[in-house]
Amino acid sequence: MLAIRELELDYGGARALDGVSLDVATGEIVAIVGANGAGKTSLIRAIAGMAKASAGRILWHGRDILGWPAHRVCDLGIGQVAEGRQVFPSLSVEENLEMGAVIPRARAAAHANLTRVWAMFPRLAERRRQDAGTLSGGEQQMLAIGRCLMGAPELILFDEPSLGLAPALVRQVFDTIAALNRDGLTVVLVEQNVAQSLVLATRAYVLETGRIVISGTGRELLGDDRVRRAYLGN
Amino acid sequence: MRIAGLPLLAGLDRRAVTLLALLLIGLLFVPAVAGPYLLSIMILVLYFAYVGQAWNVMMGMAGQLSLGHSLYVGLGAYVAAALFVHAGIGPWIGALAAMAVATLAGAVIGYLAFRFRVGGVYFALLTIAFAEFTRIGFDHMTWLGGSAGLFLPVAQRERNDLWSLRGDPVMFYYVILGMAVTALALCRHLARSRIGFYWRAIREDPVAAEALGIDVFRYKMLAAMASSAMTAPAGVFFAFYYNNLFPEQIFSMLRSIELILGPIIGGLGTLFGPVLGAFVLTILAEALQEALQTLGWQIPGIKQVFYGFCLLLVIVFLPNGIWPPLARRLGLDVR
Repeated sequence: MLAIRELELDYGGARALDGVSLDVATGEIVAIVGANGAGKTSLIRAIAGMAKASAGRILWHGRDILGWPAHRVCDLGIGQVAEGRQVFPSLSVEENLEMGAVIPRARAAAHANLTRVWAMFPRLAERRRQDAGTLSGGEQQMLAIGRCLMGAPELILFDEPSLGLAPALVRQVFDTIAALNRDGLTVVLVEQNVAQSLVLATRAYVLETGRIVISGTGRELLGDDRVRRAYLGN
Repeated sequence: MRIAGLPLLAGLDRRAVTLLALLLIGLLFVPAVAGPYLLSIMILVLYFAYVGQAWNVMMGMAGQLSLGHSLYVGLGAYVAAALFVHAGIGPWIGALAAMAVATLAGAVIGYLAFRFRVGGVYFALLTIAFAEFTRIGFDHMTWLGGSAGLFLPVAQRERNDLWSLRGDPVMFYYVILGMAVTALALCRHLARSRIGFYWRAIREDPVAAEALGIDVFRYKMLAAMASSAMTAPAGVFFAFYYNNLFPEQIFSMLRSIELILGPIIGGLGTLFGPVLGAFVLTILAEALQEALQTLGWQIPGIKQVFYGFCLLLVIVFLPNGIWPPLARRLGLDVR
C-alpha cells in the first residue's frame, strides 16, 4: 500500500530523516517507535505532504507522491491524527467533524460517516453542539480521530495519540485504534509509548536519529534485547 | 421562527430581521433630521463600518492580521481619482479598475507571505512595509501630484450627479450607506459559504486545517484578495468625497490602525462587530472632541489617545468585543 524508499528530509539545517525505507501493507498496524527527536513526526509530516523531503520516494499503491501538497495527499485516502489533537476550539463538535469531510473523496459519504462517528463515540454525540475547546483531553482525542474518519481514509497516520492522556484513556485510545484496524483501516502509529504500541503492532520499526535501526514484527521487537534495554527499561 | 424565501436573510430569526429593518429605516431617515455636522459624522461612521467589514474578512474570518490596509484604500483612491482627472473616466468604472489594482496588490503580498510561510507578526510587518513603500513611491509620482497631493475638480452642480459622484453630502451619505449594507450582506454570504467555513478552520488552526486536506494556501489567497478588493471602493469613496489625496495621509500607518479599531472593539470575526465598533468609536471620539472644544481646550492627538484607551478597555473587559455580549442580551446569534 505504502512504500517509502531512502527518504531524506532536512529540517532547519539539521537532517531529520536520513534515508528511511519502510513498507506498510493493507490491513497492518505499523508502529514507528523511537525517542524524542528521532524523526518520527518528521516522517509523518513528510508522508502527509506537510514537510518537503529532499530525496527519496513515497509510493502510494505504486505511485510516487513525493512533493504532492497536503490537500492532495489527503484526498488519496491518507488521513492523519496529528500530535496534540489540534481540534478547532471555538467550533462545535459537529462543525469539527464536518471539517473532516471537506476533501472531495469524503463529501458524498459525509452524512453516513457522521452517523458512524456518532455511533462509535456516543460521548461526542451527546456534546455535538458544545465548543470543542470545552471537551476533556480524552474527548478531544476521540474528536480528532472521528474528524479524521470523516475524511474516509484508507490509511491513518497517528502521531503520538497517547500524549498527555491518563493511563485509562491511553488504553481507550489504543483499543479504538485496534477496533478501527479490525474494521479494515490500515494504521501507521508513531509512539513514544513503546510497550503498548509494540503489543498492538503487526510490524514495527525503530527510528534513531533519522534512520531505521531495527525492524520486525511487534512480537520480535518486544523480545529484542536492544529494544528492551533502550525503550522498555529492562 | 426562521424566515425563508429571501436568501440574503436566510437563517436570521424574526427578531434579528426586525432589528435590522429598524436600524436601516433609522439610517435612511438620518439626512432628513440631521444637520450638516451630524451628517458628516454619520458618513464617517458608515465609512468605517465599510472598511472595517472589508478588513474583517481577512483578520476576523481567515485569521490573517493585516496592518497595512491603508494600501488598498490608497490604491483604490488614487486609481479612481487618476482615471477621473486624467482620462475623464467616472468613479463607478474607476471603482472596478481600483478593485482590480487592489486585488492584484493583495495577491502579490499574499503570494509572498503565504508561499514562503510568513505568518503572524511577520505577516503584519510585511503588510506595513508594502503600505509604507507605496506611500513613499506615490510621494514621488509627479503625474499623480506627488507629495503635493492630487485634487479632484470641485464643480458646483445644480443637482446631484450620482454617475460621476459629484454632489452634496446627502448623496454621499446614501452612497456610503449602500456600500456598508452591501458589505454586510456580502460578508454574511461569505461567512455562511464553504469558503467562510474553510476560513474559520484556517483561523482556528492552520496546521490542522492543512492536515484535513484544506488547501490552506489557496484559501488564504482568496481571503487576501477578497479583502483587498472590498477595501478599494472605500478609497474611491474617500477620493470623491474629500476631493483631495495626499500619499502622506491616505497610505499612512495611522489610517491602517484607525480602520481596524472598529472591528476589534466591535468584535473580531463577527458580522455586526465592525458596524457596531464604527458607531461606538466614531461617535464617542467626535463627542469627546466636541466637548473639549466647548470647554475651549485644545489637546492635539487626543483622538488617538482616546482610541488607545477604548482599545485597552475592550481588551481588558470584553476580549471578544462589544457585540458578542450585546447580541446575547438582545437574544441574537453572535455570529
